[in-house]
Amino acid sequence: MSDPSPATVAHTVDSVENAAATPDVEQPYEALGVKPDEYARIRDLLGRRPTSSELAMYSVMWSEHCSYKSSKIHLKQFGEKAPDVDFLLVGPGENAGVVDVGGDLAVTFKIESHNHPSYVEPYQGAATGVGGIVRDILTMGARPIAVMDPLRFGPADAPDTHRVLPGVVRGIGGYGNSLGLPNIGGEVVFDACYAGNPLVNALAVGVMRKSEIKLAQAHGPGNKVVLFGARTGGDGIGGASVLASATFDEDKPAKRPSVQVGDPFMEKVLIECCLEIFAEDLVVGIQDLGAAGLSCATTELAAAGTGGMDVQLDLAPLRDATLVPEEILMSESQERMMAVVTPANVARFFELCEKWDVTATVIGTVTETGRLRMTWHGATIVDVDPKTLAHQGPVYERPYHRPSWQDALQAATPDTLSRPKTGDELRETVLKLAAGPNLADKSWVVQQYDHRVRGNTVLAHGEDSGMLRLDESTGLGVALATDGNGRYTKLDPYSGAQLALAEAYRNVAATGARPLAVTDCLNFGSPEDPAVMWQFAEATRGLADACQILGTPVTGGNVSFYNQTGEAAIHPTPIVGVLGVIDDVTRRTRSAFTGEGDILLLLGDTRDEFGGSEWAHQVHGHLGGLPPKVDLERERLLAEVLIAGSRDGMLSAAHDLSDGGLIQAVVESALRGDMGVRIVLPGDLDPFVALFSESAGRAVVALPRSEELRFTDMCRFRGLPVARIGVVDGGAVEVQGQFSIPLGELREAHTGTFPALFG
Amino acid sequence: MAPAIGVVTFPGSQDDQDALRAVRLSGASAVPLWHRDPDLHGVDAVVLPGGFSYGDYLRAGAIARFSPVMESVIAGARDGLPVLGICNGFQVLCESHLLPGALIRNGGMLFVNRDERLRVESASTVWTADYAPGQEIVIPIKNGEGRYTADERTLDALEAEGRVIARYLDNPNGSARDIAGIANAEGNVVGLMPHPEHAVEELTGPYPGPATDGLPFFTSILKHLVSVSA
Amino acid sequence: MARVVVDVMLKPEILDPQGQAVQRALPRLGFDGVVDVRQGKRFEVELDGPADEAALARVREMAEKLLANTVIEEFDVRVEA
Repeated sequence: MSDPSPATVAHTVDSVENAAATPDVEQPYEALGVKPDEYARIRDLLGRRPTSSELAMYSVMWSEHCSYKSSKIHLKQFGEKAPDVDFLLVGPGENAGVVDVGGDLAVTFKIESHNHPSYVEPYQGAATGVGGIVRDILTMGARPIAVMDPLRFGPADAPDTHRVLPGVVRGIGGYGNSLGLPNIGGEVVFDACYAGNPLVNALAVGVMRKSEIKLAQAHGPGNKVVLFGARTGGDGIGGASVLASATFDEDKPAKRPSVQVGDPFMEKVLIECCLEIFAEDLVVGIQDLGAAGLSCATTELAAAGTGGMDVQLDLAPLRDATLVPEEILMSESQERMMAVVTPANVARFFELCEKWDVTATVIGTVTETGRLRMTWHGATIVDVDPKTLAHQGPVYERPYHRPSWQDALQAATPDTLSRPKTGDELRETVLKLAAGPNLADKSWVVQQYDHRVRGNTVLAHGEDSGMLRLDESTGLGVALATDGNGRYTKLDPYSGAQLALAEAYRNVAATGARPLAVTDCLNFGSPEDPAVMWQFAEATRGLADACQILGTPVTGGNVSFYNQTGEAAIHPTPIVGVLGVIDDVTRRTRSAFTGEGDILLLLGDTRDEFGGSEWAHQVHGHLGGLPPKVDLERERLLAEVLIAGSRDGMLSAAHDLSDGGLIQAVVESALRGDMGVRIVLPGDLDPFVALFSESAGRAVVALPRSEELRFTDMCRFRGLPVARIGVVDGGAVEVQGQFSIPLGELREAHTGTFPALFG
Repeated sequence: MAPAIGVVTFPGSQDDQDALRAVRLSGASAVPLWHRDPDLHGVDAVVLPGGFSYGDYLRAGAIARFSPVMESVIAGARDGLPVLGICNGFQVLCESHLLPGALIRNGGMLFVNRDERLRVESASTVWTADYAPGQEIVIPIKNGEGRYTADERTLDALEAEGRVIARYLDNPNGSARDIAGIANAEGNVVGLMPHPEHAVEELTGPYPGPATDGLPFFTSILKHLVSVSA
Repeated sequence: MARVVVDVMLKPEILDPQGQAVQRALPRLGFDGVVDVRQGKRFEVELDGPADEAALARVREMAEKLLANTVIEEFDVRVEA
């Protein structure tokens, strides 16, 4: 095997002619992550050995990251089981899904991972994660209007977490704030399983007129292919395949490619430039350059269009003049876009680019040859059928089976753990959970994000979902929530994935919006481990089934494998984002208790469910048993009630019940409204279970006495269990007969954790 | 016809749309201005909005101040054109030497976005006349380089001349003498680190509120412009 | 007493948006003929003893550990005369 770096493959340009004449040249395909059988297939498809440029392209396009070769057969279910809905305008497969939200508006949203890069260089990794997902949204023809970031880190007190978390947070803020995009939600969760494998997922949402949807298609022979935005440098060369497939095992040689550095200023002007270009309808098709850069953009545009493209690669503007074609094709330099423009529109396209100081270059032409051909100073270096790169990558049916330890894990229920019994013990537990890093106040993080810019943020951090006004005249808006619980999913991947969906769905409904559609980021360990693959198979099956029942189609998303160090995989962590619509954002429901004398109602059933709970985790370091029971019909009913209560102006507050149970939700709402509560627990429940159980399908609402009867009648009529549990009153969280905690003491516990850890 | 207030968009401006909305909500006519265009299109006042002009890579506002539009704004301001610089706009005004001092990295080193309590110290500028002197208001801040600094003599002069227009009640960034905003000697040029344009609507303003304490910046100037044109 | 200067620059292959922004601004201000600008950081480290080899080794260590992010930056340590 020769030296694996792509640079050395290309001392002289390896032309198609040369490749045909020298069939026996040894090629470093394995160092590029290409398996021997895949290499044989490439030779088969081409009828010769690939040129080094072609090999570079196949290696990135057929990587796990770009081809979804291990996940494809499971992801199919999202289409096969998709609920029959009329609002889905663009489904999975494009850069992002698009849904009809009413009027002439459409919304596009998607979540993606940037896990490994954020571990290597937290600031730039997280920053470019935001940049990448925002370009996906832009590529659909939409104005990006907000971002969200679900994050997972190792233990809060681990030294490496203190390297990774502050950098990731600064990176998200540094990039997103400079783009002028409000950050309206997300999560920060700690667990030892994420040490060495932090999860940095980024969601973006955009809005456009329905008529303005753009697709990544190169149609029309003779149309010009324009590369615009930043110049191409050596950023993240090989990142797409190498970063996505290498784990950080200290025994193996590190395959750490150069880091991608983002320039949010360039992306900001690129956004404004593109939107003016879209407004004048100057593009036939458009694609952003993300993972696999030019390789991916040219092949996907060509494969989805007329079928052919001629590219003069030496015309691509370079930041580093020493780059060779293979590197240019694999470069992941940020802030680049590729458009297909009719010859008549090229001049105007360039005028707008000049207005925004954006470099633009015609590098190619659409053809009807069915071939993607690239030349480098006259020599043909690529001549392939683009479909073989884009769509005919390998598909693996990876073996999977339920791991041998799953039974033991589920048998180790939390029933034997010692539970707080006295009022004092319950009080102490409330404070301990509220101050624990997972449930503590995240102001230290979210204050580094701008949630206000663009002036349409109706709800953001600290609320159940982020909410944006889309139309100032009608009040039409959207709500977004992301959720995912790795502990639940580890205990039972099928229901864990469903619980992630259920919680995000519930969060959206709690603010008064109607859940519409789903995006998911599936974070797992190595697909080569049958146990991990079983988790993946179960989680995707669970999510697809649940989406079918709830009528919320998956519109797109991302799979992130190889989140593991050595043999140890992270907890399977599907993060589910739910988008909802609200006709009038002034009808939204907040989570804060603000009305003195308001009645508190608990909606749903509470059972003794502590498997995977925050209590078991935080107090006992225990993970075992089964997660809370899933009842999707109940979730749907609860959502209907919450939406109706919001629409009809009955509710003064609503908050979903999840991690930490009823008491944590009450603590959060009380602190947010700076108003105490007196709680009288239902007599039939053990106080500990009533306060800390994480049974799903529940919410707590506050409403004026004058609305109580109308609301409880509605619940009873629809068959939703409802119980009066207290009143908003005073300056403490009091559970009658058990304990009372002054708001000041609660606030100190809840808000002190992050500044003490990271301030 | 309602007075026209221009809002400059530099490449990298972020809160330009918000400033335009605030101008509209106050009742004035909102006019977008472009950094490369030295023509102010006859506007009666100018807002330099928040954001990261030209990426703010050298120093915040350092490159924007050399833009063609700023040549006109600087000349206009010297002739009495009312100019409000918000956040990055304040930084541009300092780099342009229309206002003294500079904004440097926050004491805590981090970008901070939160609702901030301020005291209006001067209601005698055209941008603050609708406030009562000493009025306490809530306006969001969001910046990484918002710490006002100037030499002691300059600070003393600002105080003596009543040119400190707003002070933080809980200084978020180590600003000298808790200064959140200042005016020039004539009172037509005001720079302010907090964002009044983000406190103009019940729906989107500071929570739990008050949500619309920023609106008087925009109604002040509107009333002034109406009165001078009458 | 000795002063040691640590210059920290982004590695040449890493994108430098700061330098590029300055470079783009220069022609507008009439400064032509500038091919590239890169922006870095300079640290002046005051030592309480002489800048001998051992002290310089310590400064290099602090640069490696704190002053520079060696994933994307490189540094140069020199004694100021």
